[in-house]
Amino acid sequence: MTLSRTSRWILGVAMALGLAFVYVPLAIVVVNSFNTSRLFQWPPPGFTTEWWQAAFQNQGVRDALVTSIFVAVLATAIALVLGTLTAMAVSRYQFWGRNTVSLLFVFPIALPGIITGIALNNVFTSFLGGLTFLTLVIGHGTFCVVVVLNNTAARLRRVVGNVEEAAMDLGANRTQTFRDITFPAMRSALFAGGLLAFGLSFDEIIVTTFTAGPGTQTLPLWIFQNLFRPNSAPIVNAVAAFLVLVSIVPVYLAQRLSGDATGGGRI
Amino acid sequence: MATTAVTGGKPAGSMRRLRATMHRRPGLRVASLLALPMTWMVLVYLTPLALLFVTAFWTTDSFTGLTKRTFSLENFTDILTEPAYYTVVMRTVGIAASVTVLCTLIGVPMAFFMARVASARWQPVLVALVLTPLWASYLVKVYAWRTILAPEGPAESWLGASPGYGLPAVVLTLTYLWLPYMILPIYAGLANMRGSFLEAAADLGSRPWRTFRTVVLPMVWPSIVAGSIFTFSLSLGDYITVQLVGGSSLMLGNAIYQNFSVSLPFAAALATIPVIVMVGYLLAVRRSGALDNL
Repeated sequence: MTLSRTSRWILGVAMALGLAFVYVPLAIVVVNSFNTSRLFQWPPPGFTTEWWQAAFQNQGVRDALVTSIFVAVLATAIALVLGTLTAMAVSRYQFWGRNTVSLLFVFPIALPGIITGIALNNVFTSFLGGLTFLTLVIGHGTFCVVVVLNNTAARLRRVVGNVEEAAMDLGANRTQTFRDITFPAMRSALFAGGLLAFGLSFDEIIVTTFTAGPGTQTLPLWIFQNLFRPNSAPIVNAVAAFLVLVSIVPVYLAQRLSGDATGGGRI
Repeated sequence: MATTAVTGGKPAGSMRRLRATMHRRPGLRVASLLALPMTWMVLVYLTPLALLFVTAFWTTDSFTGLTKRTFSLENFTDILTEPAYYTVVMRTVGIAASVTVLCTLIGVPMAFFMARVASARWQPVLVALVLTPLWASYLVKVYAWRTILAPEGPAESWLGASPGYGLPAVVLTLTYLWLPYMILPIYAGLANMRGSFLEAAADLGSRPWRTFRTVVLPMVWPSIVAGSIFTFSLSLGDYITVQLVGGSSLMLGNAIYQNFSVSLPFAAALATIPVIVMVGYLLAVRRSGALDNL
């Protein structure tokens, strides 16, 4: 379809407005983190780095950040193992119930988080004797599998089939084929999937609320608990601004290291 | 992996026999690949979910607060006969539907520009720009709107008017949160579409709008449906956004959350509502091929 100048122009304006809608709120959070006014008077009467210093020195924030990273790393490891195994099964073989298997892994993110949350909470408290750090990791691992699965399965479907057969025709056994063909082809998809799993876990609040043990506080939990305390407002805002700025890192990494511009999205 | 690495020497006899069997029987290979993931999903996910729905048929003794483990439809009749729950469910589904429609209306032109108008150099940049906010924390984004819509906040001082906290703010914030989930699948669908179809339509005299309606839209429909699964489901279960920007209004998620600590059976019964809605939705869209676009 050859678009007229006018329709291209209109679409361009729609794109610009859409991006403004996406970025202006994030920019306001960042600007506010330097606002001298404790009540975020707008426009800001002056700028200061006081809140950033306070946030970096806050022990609660630092502990929560470490916990979040720790949980996300473990959840990603679980997701990588389970997701890769499933991807190899669903992308290479035709078997009864294959679509159902794929659908099953979508459920933990397609169903509202509060349902996964209370279902896990109920089982963990009644059968495992309560919530711990481990129950949180198990909960996160479960809904992270799907991003690794989707990225890896898509890659295997697209790239690998024929090349693997060729390798085996040329005399490679399964181990060699996996090491020399399958794994190198999957690597960047695994990286993208792992990155997404990490991000998904790092950001998760609802399942976390229901599966974290009493002493376990992730960064989202810390933010939520301090959100309604007027005294903490500037620190919460500085932490929020920090998270906005940090979100550039994984996108940059995905583009640089995987060479895959889309990265598959979070979905 | 089914085939464990054996370095140096020949594999032991039993190992070789196992390999030979595996080679002949693809079913066994599938089973060995799926054994661990399926065990995990059944134990950690399906069993808790099933138990939750069994719990929905139990009741809580209002005097002792203890759970009575006998089959009863009491929770469900309570939900169906109490108008307050009907209102909450209808409000929640209405919010989720509005958010989905808004995301589609904003997302389709953006995805179209990215896939079909922007130059090859700009495409990855635009994708990255749409993707980046997904990595910014959910809470931070809701918090951003709480700040913007606050009394005397940026919305009031710049635009002179703000919807304030309430249902419109909830719809706006949820649209903001889930928009990328709608743009990315549509973009992927449009980018994969072959240009020859569009040229053919133009050669046959179709004007752009008609081409859009009769060629483009049917082809990206599965992608829109795929996006809508996320925008709809994520809105359906939300209870945090509404606490932060919703003023005093409540959604289904809040009702589940509040009942959770009082009566788990009743919360479980409420939780079946979004599950039924979503399972119905997933089954209905399975035929459109949307699930392959997730």
